[in-house]
Amino acid sequence: MASEQDLIRFVYHEARLLDEKRFDEWLTLFTDDGYYWVPLSPDQTDPLGHTSIAYEDQLLRKIRVERLKSPRAYSQQPPSRCHHLLQQPEVERSEGDEHVMRTQFMYTEAQSENVQSFAGTVFHTLVERDGRLLMRLKRVVLLNCDAALPSIQLFP
Amino acid sequence: MSYRSEPDALQRLVQSDQVHRDVYVDAEVFDLEMERLWCNTWVYVGHTSQVPKPGDYFLTEIARQPLILVRDGDAGVKVLYNRCAHKGARVVSAPMGNVGKYFRCPYHAWTYRTDGGLVGMPLPDGYEGTRMRECPAGQGMSAVRNVEVYRGFVFVRLAERGISFKAFFGDSLSSIDNMADRSPEGELEIAGGCLRYLHHCNWKMFVENLNDTMHPMVVHECSAGTAKTLWADQPPETPKPMAVEQFVPFVSNYKFFDDMGVRAIENGHGYTGVNFSIHSSYSSMPDYETRMKTAYGDERAQQILGTNRHNTVYYPSLTIKGAIQAIRVVRPISVDRTLIESWTFRLKGAPEQLLERTVMYTRLINSPMSVVGHDDHYAYRAIQEGLAGRANDWISLHRGHRADEAHKSDQSVQGTSEISMRNQFRAWSRFMAEH
Repeated sequence: MASEQDLIRFVYHEARLLDEKRFDEWLTLFTDDGYYWVPLSPDQTDPLGHTSIAYEDQLLRKIRVERLKSPRAYSQQPPSRCHHLLQQPEVERSEGDEHVMRTQFMYTEAQSENVQSFAGTVFHTLVERDGRLLMRLKRVVLLNCDAALPSIQLFP
Repeated sequence: MSYRSEPDALQRLVQSDQVHRDVYVDAEVFDLEMERLWCNTWVYVGHTSQVPKPGDYFLTEIARQPLILVRDGDAGVKVLYNRCAHKGARVVSAPMGNVGKYFRCPYHAWTYRTDGGLVGMPLPDGYEGTRMRECPAGQGMSAVRNVEVYRGFVFVRLAERGISFKAFFGDSLSSIDNMADRSPEGELEIAGGCLRYLHHCNWKMFVENLNDTMHPMVVHECSAGTAKTLWADQPPETPKPMAVEQFVPFVSNYKFFDDMGVRAIENGHGYTGVNFSIHSSYSSMPDYETRMKTAYGDERAQQILGTNRHNTVYYPSLTIKGAIQAIRVVRPISVDRTLIESWTFRLKGAPEQLLERTVMYTRLINSPMSVVGHDDHYAYRAIQEGLAGRANDWISLHRGHRADEAHKSDQSVQGTSEISMRNQFRAWSRFMAEH
């Protein structure tokens, strides 16, 4: 059984992989049926009949990560960097081996002179598989999710 | 030199096969576009299904004018200026909602009917003996006089006088017809939310790109091409995911896009995908096709579903994809800032699967997090910044140019021609000259 400390450590580790651009390792943190979701409204429940800023299964996440490796990913010249500043994650609820973590964050993305920041709350739905914690869902609720947004090129 | 005071200089910016960089980078030209092009033409406001019930409203801004699309009781929709007749305050501020029977200004509580007519204000006696009722204040919230609704699509011409709706759009309206006809009931309904993507570029770069068929295989190689490569690695029996079906055609070869064809219609309108498009080979949906045949008969249903245009541009404000029921609305902010709103439609009477398909498409292609959108946006931004270079003032639109094309009001040519941009600039010159 994962301890509260294990759950918290997972959330910090996940952010660190993104900030260090270890995207291939990041992909392995999801279950095969897991989703990375950036909803268009804070309380959005339907990802299929209502659009989202991002709603990505394994294939779409893989496309995103592989694209970043391409020398012809023009929008990544020069490459962006990102930075997650997290508040202490909290266990929102636990049921059996499923745990929902709630973490408030400031996400910053920088590309040469351009720096943009987003505040928000991230919910990690974590499950234990073969003694390992994995994300079944990473739901990123941006504070200004319904605003006109510029390109967000990495992973809030 | 001022373009405002020198109409000839403004006209000299556009030649039949090239345009001067000032059309994209000069702030005064942008001001003139807002005052002339965007007021003299018919510009998209919204769809009637956004305001289904009396008092429902939706806010937008066109040519720097704050507008309200509102359902005026049973009398249809009105487009009002969002400005109190009294002191000028914006009357409603939430982007959409329902005002009930009356608009009520939050400053001094002047109230208006949903057609804009003034109902009253506190202590009306205070105006006795004044000429307030004869002044603009007494006329209520101003309404846009020239409003046309076509199959639920609401357009305005802000200029009092000018070209008629029918003359302006002509046969380009057939693309709206095709989208609406794809509903077994012949009706569309806005659904699935609105993605709002802020672009760091002049609005025309976005509009021109939609019928630019020489860029997808270059710009989208890293995204759609990656999807294609990953898909090729799957075992042969794996069912093709919808996302792959939607991404892969972006990296079709030059011949594909050339054979697609492009049609240019007078006043800047037109579409690529005269013969087929990147949407032509989506998987069939037998339940939907049955409903279409029941509604229209076999032949007509085939005809509707066999028309798969790529992007239709309703110059200058609206671009639509009938085959996937998605639209993009162009809202210029400044000479180098443009808001692109992506909306999706439910086809009334069709299976929900179709809404899911359009929702996925618009998320994959039009979201601020779209891997396709990122590279398009990069290209627009690169143009905006590259045009700072003064060594060459001209942007080339020569591909496929024919000397006699300017005299034809409706023509279809090979898909890789830049005729759609030239056609847009011919309209630009025309509507920039009227004021």
